Amino acid sequence: MLQRLKQHQFLFGELVKRDFAKKYKRTILGMAWSILSPLMNLLIMWLVFSNLFGNNVNHYVIYLFAGQLVFSYFTDATNLGMTSLVGNAGIFTKVNVPKYLFLFSQNVSSLINFGLTLLIFFAFTAFDGIPFTWKFFLLVYPVVCMIVFNLGLGLILSALFVFFRDMQYLWGILTQLLMWLSAIFYTIDTYSETAQLLFLANPIYLYIRYFRKIVIDGAIPSAGFHLLAAAYALGAFAVGAYMYKKYNHEFLYYV
Amino acid sequence: MKTMLKAEHVSISYKIGDFKDIGDMLGIIGTNGAGKSTLLKAVIGVMEPRAGKIERNGNISALLELASGFDGDLTVKENAYLRGAMLGYTKEFMDETYEQILDFSELREFEERPFKQLSTGMQSRLAFSIASLVQPEILILDEVLSVGDGAFQEKSAAKMREIINSGASTILVSHSLQQVRELCNKVLWLHRGKQIAFGEMEPICDRYESFLAEKYQNENTQ
Repeated sequence: MLQRLKQHQFLFGELVKRDFAKKYKRTILGMAWSILSPLMNLLIMWLVFSNLFGNNVNHYVIYLFAGQLVFSYFTDATNLGMTSLVGNAGIFTKVNVPKYLFLFSQNVSSLINFGLTLLIFFAFTAFDGIPFTWKFFLLVYPVVCMIVFNLGLGLILSALFVFFRDMQYLWGILTQLLMWLSAIFYTIDTYSETAQLLFLANPIYLYIRYFRKIVIDGAIPSAGFHLLAAAYALGAFAVGAYMYKKYNHEFLYYV
Repeated sequence: MKTMLKAEHVSISYKIGDFKDIGDMLGIIGTNGAGKSTLLKAVIGVMEPRAGKIERNGNISALLELASGFDGDLTVKENAYLRGAMLGYTKEFMDETYEQILDFSELREFEERPFKQLSTGMQSRLAFSIASLVQPEILILDEVLSVGDGAFQEKSAAKMREIINSGASTILVSHSLQQVRELCNKVLWLHRGKQIAFGEMEPICDRYESFLAEKYQNENTQ
């Protein structure tokens, strides 16, 4: 696997460059959009919800931002990732290259967006008077989990999208649903204990919660919490990898 | 002579007969839908045969439907590197040969142009230049030699001969029987996914020609 990756390193680099060039083609602000659009979203959410929920939550802006940060990385990576196979059909039906490279390169640009937004997030926390502690370094853990989780879902979605183009619409609805279920702008403190546990069945919520625990509460999540975060990521990735392995030679009949 | 490529009883969506010991320059002929391109896709590993097996003993450089796989929004230079990467070249190799590619394809003045602004002939010229500048052991060409203008066609044919002479095995798919006669020494004739004939070029080409003539006549009398 590693050897194959090294062998295709050049192709991977070229694909990343291409995806980047195409993403911001003919935009005036270019990469600035990757920072601007989450900030605009944050502003809108803050305007709409701060009166409703803002009084009961400590550091509501940061609370909101943490949710927005994780969720927008998730939607960005999965929505772009979904079309990565179909969009590159012209290549893999003519040249024998590993097909997961297209998804991986697509995810790199989402990850860079996420990284930039994360820096602004830290600037906001400093601005909001939250001290930067060593615990912040623990955030590497959920970030790695999210990368693997998003890659896994990307693999699953892009494979499904080849066979059922309905996925595009279905996924739009599902992400809407997930958005409402991820407690991005509201808190679940007043819910019953079972309901609160049920929220942890949502990986996105779990990752958001990790960020909030570290940044706002200054607390380290439990070991079980860590295990669950890794389990979601590895589970999604395993399913995705299995689908790619199984359908590797079927894809080209459907694109 | 060493067998560079061997495809036995290969069957993809339909059964393709049995041909082996491909050396030198093999021409694949047949009417539309005979399974020529499908066979090539199996040979380069894009498709997996449902039965039978393919043995590859050498690095393959394939040119299938030239202009596809290029990105219209990228420049000529970016596309050249992307294509080189797809063909499995290293970055160092591309850095070294990029100038040669530009010269051979005669696209120097268009280097920074978006690819979609190029004419189809120019696009094919670039594709041919990239694929042929490596020294492949097996070269696969699918309907590509008729690219570019007359001058470039001659140049690419010369380049082809140079590659063949350097010892590469080549597979050429072509509807131009004249081209096959000129370049190939062996021929595989496919029809509706089945092998009709495989062997020396002359007799099969003659048979195919009379087959085509007959077909043409039948269609006209109906």
